[in-house]
Parts: sequence; C-alpha cells; structure tokens
Amino acid sequence: MTREADSPPVSTAAGAVLPGVRWALVRDLRIALRSRSELAVQLLFYVIVVALFPLSTTPERNLLSTMGPGVLWVAALLASLLSLPRLFAADYADGTLEQIALSPYPLEALVSGKILAHWLTTGLPVALLAPLLGVQYQMDGESLAVLAAALLIGTPILSLLGAIGAALTLGLRAGGSLLALLILPLYVPVLIFGAGSVDAARSGLGATANLSLLTAGLIIAVVGAPFAAATAVRIALD
Amino acid sequence: MTLNWFRLASPATFYPVAGKLIPWFAWPAALLACVGVALGLAGAPTDFQQGDAYRIIFIHVPSAWLSMFLYLVMAFWGAMSLGFNTRLSAMMAQAIAPTGALMTFIALVTGSFWGRPTWGTYWAWDARMTSELILLFLYLGVIALRSAIDDPRRADRACAVLSLTGAINVPIIYYSVKWWNTLHQGASVRPGESKMATVMLVGMLIMSFAAWFYSIAVTLHRARSIMLERESGSAWVNALAETRP
Repeated sequence: MTREADSPPVSTAAGAVLPGVRWALVRDLRIALRSRSELAVQLLFYVIVVALFPLSTTPERNLLSTMGPGVLWVAALLASLLSLPRLFAADYADGTLEQIALSPYPLEALVSGKILAHWLTTGLPVALLAPLLGVQYQMDGESLAVLAAALLIGTPILSLLGAIGAALTLGLRAGGSLLALLILPLYVPVLIFGAGSVDAARSGLGATANLSLLTAGLIIAVVGAPFAAATAVRIALD
Repeated sequence: MTLNWFRLASPATFYPVAGKLIPWFAWPAALLACVGVALGLAGAPTDFQQGDAYRIIFIHVPSAWLSMFLYLVMAFWGAMSLGFNTRLSAMMAQAIAPTGALMTFIALVTGSFWGRPTWGTYWAWDARMTSELILLFLYLGVIALRSAIDDPRRADRACAVLSLTGAINVPIIYYSVKWWNTLHQGASVRPGESKMATVMLVGMLIMSFAAWFYSIAVTLHRARSIMLERESGSAWVNALAETRP
C-alpha cells in the first residue's frame, strides 16, 4: 500500500489521533483567519436575522423576552447551516480533500479537527454574541447566562451533525437547499433543549435538566459524528 | 434440505422469489383491511368520551406504528449495505423509503382530522405530532438525497449514513411522550393492561397487520422494479426479457 510507504512514520493509529486533530485544526483556523471578512459576514447575518423578528412582530417587551431565546436559537441554527459548506466544499473542489484523505493520520481525526475549527470560528462567536443580542430582547441577567451556557454546549453539536450533512452533499448540484433539508430536522432536539433551558430557568424549574440533556447529546455527537462524517467523506471521494 | 440464505442476496435469485411472495402478502393485506374496516366502522362500539371521531384510530395508529418501524427497517438495510456491501440491501432500503413517507403522511393527516373534533384544532404543537412531522422530513431528506446523486452506489451509501444518523431520532420520538408533558393522550396499547374495549383492540391489530402486509407487498414490488432498472443490461434481465417479450 502506497499509503503507508510514502507517509512519515506514524507508530500506531491511536497515537496519530491527537496530532491529526491538531494538524487539521491549525490548518483550518489559519485559512479561516485569512478570510476574516467572511467570518464577519456570518456574524452579521446572525445579528440581522435576530433584528428582523421584532420588526416583523411587535416591539412589546413581554412578548420579546418570551420569544427571545427561541429567536436567538433559530438564528444560530441558520448561521450554522449557512457556514457549513465552508467545512469541506472548497477542499473538495480543488482536490485538497482527496490529498487529506490519503494522509497517514486517521480521517476521523482530521475531520474532528476541521469540525473543531468550524465551531471555533462560527459557533463560539455566535454563543458569545448572543447575550448582547438578548439584551435587545429584554431578557434578564439569569436568562442571558443560561442562554449563553446552552449555546456554548449546543453549538458544537450543530457543527458535528452539520459535518455529516456537509460531507454527504459534497459536489451535488442542489447542495445548499438539500443540506438544509437533511440537517435541520436533526437539529430539532438541540433546538428544543437549548431554547427550553431558558424557559425552564425563567419558570423556576431550573435549567439543569435541559443543560444536562444537551451535554449528553454533545457527548454522543462527539463520539459518533466524526465517524459518520468521515464515512460520508470517503463515500463522496470514491 | 438446507436453504442457502446468501443465495437470496443476489438480485437475479431474489427477483423471481419476490414475485412469488408478493401475492402472499397482497391478498392477506386486502382481506385483513376489509375485516378491519368492517370491525372498526360497524363492529366497535361508540366511545363514550370521543363519540365516533375515535374511529380514525383504526387507520391512524397502524400508520403511525409503521411510519416509525419502517424507518428502522430502512436504517437496518442501510447498515447491512454499508457493512456487507450488498446491492440488494440498498435496493430494499430504497424501496422502503416512499412507503415509509406515505405512512408518516397518513398518520399526520388522520391525526389532524382526529384532533379537530377532539382537541378543537387541526394542529397542536404536541410532542408526538411534531416528532412525526420531523420523521416525515427525515424520509423526504433520504429520498431527496438519493435523487440528487447520479451514481447509484454512492447514493446507496450516502442514504445509508443519513438514515442511520436519523434513526437516533426515532427512539427520541417514541420516548418523547414521557419526556415532554403535553396534551397528547398516552400510548393506548400497553401489554397486560389495556384501556380499550376488546373489539376496538382486535380491529386495530387487524388493521395493523393489514398495513404491515401492504407495506411488505408494495416494498417487494418496488424492489423488483428497482432491480430491473439498476441491473438492466445484465445477463439475467436480458434472459427475463427474452422469455417474456
């Protein structure tokens, strides 16, 4: 197999996981930082979508604070969906992805690194920005803290699940809208528990149960999604 | 005499077998549906709380059961095709998807017809209705992904990955009744303790078997068409075309 022969010596597959994650993470972060305006545009998209809801309904304070968490979560879902093609599509188009798949690192590790970079450049900024936008929705301090915590736990799940869809739709003509159809239904449990955590905190139930369920979902996604996404990448490259 | 099951995994062998099996499922499905409808509309007594509106459960419950079950079967065949790289498993998964989507759609429509007189609204954002709607999106996603990919082998494997990922959602659907406190009535049929009259239960089970047999017959029929379409040009399809011009 040329794959082993041409590559730098890697003792075991298990030992190559963390270096593989780090390599892909550093590479994708570097590429992302070179196109900072693209990242800024994605954040602006988030801000604009959130600003549209009061304009389309009413600026009434009670209604805004009720629907605020839901709006911020739906906008986070859309922002994640919008940025997903960036994960693999450019690398697929210029053949880089094929070379990456031939590298000695396990593809699962490289995909994990790319997903982590995707979250750091899209999910994390959205989660950090959300409390600021929540103030526009008249949300109180506790709600804002719970919202930020839920987004910090939930947005990595969006990147992880989204990676599967992004890899499955690589190179397809109807890619963008098809990706929405494939991925948004899978996002629904994250949306329910994420937005539900703020409601639970406000109604006095406490957000712990919702945040625990979100964390459980994150653990399952971290364990399973890289394998599914790597399989999907291999299918697309065949 | 031992039967070699692996021989059946070849489309050339399975095509005639499926053709022989279809009547054995189609006729019982038609017969059971007649008996079930007669029992459901005439045999079963009027419910003292819901009146005659409850009779839609004879269609609603079987289709809702099958909508979830068929998704798992589709994911199972997808897993088989990924694991063993068998063509027939992927064809079965492809053949199940439209029937599953149909069952989900029927469950949603009949559910809303039942909801209008009982809850006073066609649509309540109840957990089970919502998850059934999501299930419909999952089915449509699988069908759309398949039609977007030109290469059938890539489509097989991509749909298998997608349906396996979505299969995680099906248990969430089922347990959503317990997780979320909503206005949907609890599960009607439990082993051991059932709140329903025996005639209602029997009618519903008969209708379930009818829906089940119908799904098997239709899936086999669709799988046969898929086999012919995909294997056109192969020796066994040509031989088939010569014997039956």
